[in-house]
Amino acid sequence: MDINDIIKPENKVYGKSSVLTDNIMHYCPGCSHGVVHKLVAQVIEEMDIQDKTIGVSPVGCSVFAYNYLDIDWQEAAHGRAPALATAIKRLNPDKYVFTYQGDGDLASIGTAETMHACNRGENIVIIFINNAIYGMTGGQMAPTTLLGQVTATTPYGRKAELNGYPLKITELLAQLEGTCYVTRQSVQNPAAVRKTKAAIRKAFENSMMKKGTSFVEVVSTCNSGWKIPPVEANKWMEENMFPFYPLGDMKDR
Amino acid sequence: MAEKVLMKGNEAIAYAAINCGADGYFGYPITPQSEVMETLMKEKPWESTGMVVLQAESETASINMVYGGAACGKKVMTSSSSPGISLMCEGLTYLAGAELPCLVVNVMRGGPGLGTIQPSQGDYFQATKGGGHGDYRLIVLAPASVQDMYDFVDEAFELAFKYRNPALILADGVIGQMMEKVEFRPKKARRTDEEVRQQCDSWATLGKPKTRERNVITSLALDPVVMENFNIKLQKKYADIEANEVRYSTYKTEDAEHLIVAFGCMSRICENVVDMARENGIKLGLLRPITLFPFPKKQIDALVPQLKSIMSVELNAGQMVEDVQLVAAGRVPVGFYGRQGGVVPNPDEIYEAFLKFIK
Repeated sequence: MDINDIIKPENKVYGKSSVLTDNIMHYCPGCSHGVVHKLVAQVIEEMDIQDKTIGVSPVGCSVFAYNYLDIDWQEAAHGRAPALATAIKRLNPDKYVFTYQGDGDLASIGTAETMHACNRGENIVIIFINNAIYGMTGGQMAPTTLLGQVTATTPYGRKAELNGYPLKITELLAQLEGTCYVTRQSVQNPAAVRKTKAAIRKAFENSMMKKGTSFVEVVSTCNSGWKIPPVEANKWMEENMFPFYPLGDMKDR
Repeated sequence: MAEKVLMKGNEAIAYAAINCGADGYFGYPITPQSEVMETLMKEKPWESTGMVVLQAESETASINMVYGGAACGKKVMTSSSSPGISLMCEGLTYLAGAELPCLVVNVMRGGPGLGTIQPSQGDYFQATKGGGHGDYRLIVLAPASVQDMYDFVDEAFELAFKYRNPALILADGVIGQMMEKVEFRPKKARRTDEEVRQQCDSWATLGKPKTRERNVITSLALDPVVMENFNIKLQKKYADIEANEVRYSTYKTEDAEHLIVAFGCMSRICENVVDMARENGIKLGLLRPITLFPFPKKQIDALVPQLKSIMSVELNAGQMVEDVQLVAAGRVPVGFYGRQGGVVPNPDEIYEAFLKFIK
């Protein structure tokens, strides 16, 4: 028996999503973006909505998301993705519209756009990657950086009196009448990956039900920004991020 | 006989948008242009033509909604006044950088800063030289009447789509607030989804069918060679616009020995100044740039040999005068008269300034 006896359709247990391109991702080894991209691609493929989906990429590491998912994309100015998505969805109500944003983009410079798109109950999906740091610009403090966390702009650790507190924006968004589904997930192990995929799927399905905005936070690692290896980064996330950013659904109606 | 209605310039913008088949308006209230969105909300075009009208949380959001809609090949627009346009400049450079067609209306008020709600033309530099970062241009139309406000909406959309570039109607508080008779033009239906696809499928985000590559709307290119080539392409487009889209009008320039250059409401006032000069035997003419970009360089240049002077008259501290000076290139004296901060001059004081200048 050689390898060609094994490579048969009936033996196939896993394949790359047809919605993912063959471009080599620029993300660092250990980064959560690659996994979440894959999950979005799988959901789009499984729902058979590749021709009905418009993505909005942010400014940050995932600015190049449009190189990896084979759908129509708009690249937004920093923080403005929910404003773009608002117009795309209102002008094209038959399309699935999602934004993919990091913590700096969504919870700092784009806080107003995020809050108001959610408060209007735009029938869009927002995928929020929270790794508590600015990755692309080299590891500066994010709005979600934990107290005590060392970053390039908090070299002695984040101090509340100097930098304020980490922003639990997902909890805030769950309070708004306009959101229908608000959840916080992670992708550091297979069980978490499966839960996150189910959450993304539910969010996409919601967007055709006129129920309001679906918001999926994924607590993520940035081992380059955190300056620790991938496995340790997962551990650091579980020990430090999860207590402050507890996982689970905050709202599902 | 076409219907004629008495209305404000701002209201004319709203009716023109509905009647020319606009797909969406996104705005934020600011004096002196709030009637644009108020009129749209009152008319409820989403029930008649299907046009989307949305009050955004800020001018920043408005212009980015315009970006999102424009990137779908839709005819989308916003309107604001000077401080709001400053906020929109980020979006404008992204729109220009992503080569998206859209319409922005600026009903200018006096600045700088929060300034005043009274009329001004203080945003000429911002409109024609940039405002946002990078080498980009907007197609800029300057209305001088309420009818212009109506007509320029459709014209600006046509230009915006022809060149895939943002177009700006640069009005001022006078034109926005004054009431005049407007003739409504024949209505255009909104394009169907199929028509939008036919027109824009090569670039717009309409959902990727299996039959084409994905469309990506972005202004990002990290490779400097790629970015330079893109900039060169943009500059070529702007040169085409300059070659083909200049609009202007003249008043008594055939035998003119002196010329006033004025745009928007000031061109209306300066027609009176021309008549006053002519009554006193002075051969004064008026050239009104209708497009501020492209600026009517050749048309002013052609008049220079017959002129003894040119005066630019503006509601600012002297902005367009710099473009006039560039054309005159020292061949003829170029003067300036302007009022600032929301003060609108009357013909007498302009005429007096003109006499002083040519003495």
